[in-house]
Amino acid sequence: MSDQASDAILKLQNVHTDIAQYHILHGVDLAVERGAVTMLLGRNGVGKTTTLRTIMGLWTAHTGTIHFDTDNITETPTPARARAGIGFVPEDMGIFTDLTVEENMTLAAASGPLSPQRRDWIFSAFPPLKTFWNSEAGNLSGGQKQMLSIARAMAEERKLYLIDEPTKGLAPAIVSTMAAALKELKNQGASILMVEQNFAVAKAIGDYAAVMDDGKIVWSGTMQELATNAALQEQLMGLSMEAAT
Amino acid sequence: MTSIAPDHKPTFASVPIAERLANALPVLLIPILVVLGFLAIGNPSSWLTLTVSGLAMGMMIFVMASGLTLVFGLMDVINFGHGAFISVGAFVGISVLFGLAEWAGAPSLTLNLIAIFLAVLAAMAVTGLLGWAFERVIVKPVYGAHLKQILVTVGGLIVIEQMIHVIWGPEEIFLTRPEMLKGAITFWGAALEKYRLLAVAIGLALFIAMRLVFRRTKIGLIVRAGVENGEMVEALGYRLRIVFVGVFIAGSALAGLGGVMWGLYEEVITAGMGEEMMILVFIVVIIGGLGSVEGAFIGALLVGLLQNYIAFLEPKLALISNIGLMTAILMWRPQGMMPVVKAK
Repeated sequence: MSDQASDAILKLQNVHTDIAQYHILHGVDLAVERGAVTMLLGRNGVGKTTTLRTIMGLWTAHTGTIHFDTDNITETPTPARARAGIGFVPEDMGIFTDLTVEENMTLAAASGPLSPQRRDWIFSAFPPLKTFWNSEAGNLSGGQKQMLSIARAMAEERKLYLIDEPTKGLAPAIVSTMAAALKELKNQGASILMVEQNFAVAKAIGDYAAVMDDGKIVWSGTMQELATNAALQEQLMGLSMEAAT
Repeated sequence: MTSIAPDHKPTFASVPIAERLANALPVLLIPILVVLGFLAIGNPSSWLTLTVSGLAMGMMIFVMASGLTLVFGLMDVINFGHGAFISVGAFVGISVLFGLAEWAGAPSLTLNLIAIFLAVLAAMAVTGLLGWAFERVIVKPVYGAHLKQILVTVGGLIVIEQMIHVIWGPEEIFLTRPEMLKGAITFWGAALEKYRLLAVAIGLALFIAMRLVFRRTKIGLIVRAGVENGEMVEALGYRLRIVFVGVFIAGSALAGLGGVMWGLYEEVITAGMGEEMMILVFIVVIIGGLGSVEGAFIGALLVGLLQNYIAFLEPKLALISNIGLMTAILMWRPQGMMPVVKAK
């Protein structure tokens, strides 16, 4: 286990979340390092998405605390968490299909108009968004929707990005675009907590990793540690991810 | 800045022509109905009179329905009490008009319009305020529970209707339109009631204004996005609840405006008029697609036109024409003509 107390931008302590009558998170302890990419890994249904949604305030933690920077945000409503600097890319992308790409981006820049520099930066990372700037987002392809979803999170300066499976179901060419963009985001010094099933992408981008099972974090450490230890992967996730790539 | 992305041509899911036509079809239904009406009626001047009358009726129903559809779209709230705002708006507006009898009775269009404007302003202010209180007291505690919403908003409707009886008495109130809006003008041999032309103008102006707000302003974007995926709007930092309360107030005020317009149209107001209108309003909201303002607009015009054409052609069928229209449209598009894509 690595020492994660050093400089965490986000810290979850003993977080329990229920969805309706189901107890999904059973005491999550997680720290996300400032200026680094932390990968949240684990099999399907272990609570990764629920963890991200609980951090965003879309589900409420009934026990435990969530600290963002120095603030306790456990009870803070979702909009205030967003305004405090958390950008969220949900698993279903959450695109407003009835709005144009431009309108989606206008909404994403909540505190003021989208700056031209930022727009150019986003265009350089995701060229199709420039091409389809005035098109309805509902007409974009799956990969382009995912680009828009991430671009929305990039529309403003954020302290932390929560990104849920950005490469899910995408064609290989788009996956590499996505990976390049996420790497670029990382190089700009962003703090990112990302759920990712594609181990090649996780390995390429991740600095740290946390593995979940049954609503808890069962292992955390550096990505390198996990990536080079097939036995550990087998033990934690029931498969060797190296073999899966 | 150079591109950091690997070189690959962006692809774009092209929309087939058939699908594009299907998307445009709801809008085309109005001219189709108007042409069919012309063919069935045969007499151009009767047709023109009926068309203007149908459009006027449709515009007024749209004014009443627009708020209801947004309230449902944004927060999944079914407000059966919406009709109360129509009645209250009519009573407040008509009372103000009675108070301004001198202006309303003067043979000056300017004075008449000022009197109507003040009446509408008062009606919208009162119903807007009432809407705010209604949302806080009655709707807020039952978010997310449809059955309770139906029960409690119907209860609210009954209470407000009875309050009208307490304040204005149980009798219906007859009125006459302001002097210059009485009677009709003759155009190509067709008699067009002046007031109906005004109603068409107001409804159209309102629809265009709403479209501009929805397309050009950030608050409009938030409402449109919120109807589709409220959670994501919150995750971008906007407090949807405040937007919803604003929409509820605006929708109630529009219902009040619709009440004044309808009162002047029928020249009689009753406490139950809003409740009676709600049948048409719900039909319009449902066939338009819940949450869709454009759909409600088209639906309202279809309902107004069809009712007027059928009443002329086959009076006995007029009673079932709107239910028939709703059945036909729902069989064609079960989600309504312009369904709002809901993210779930």
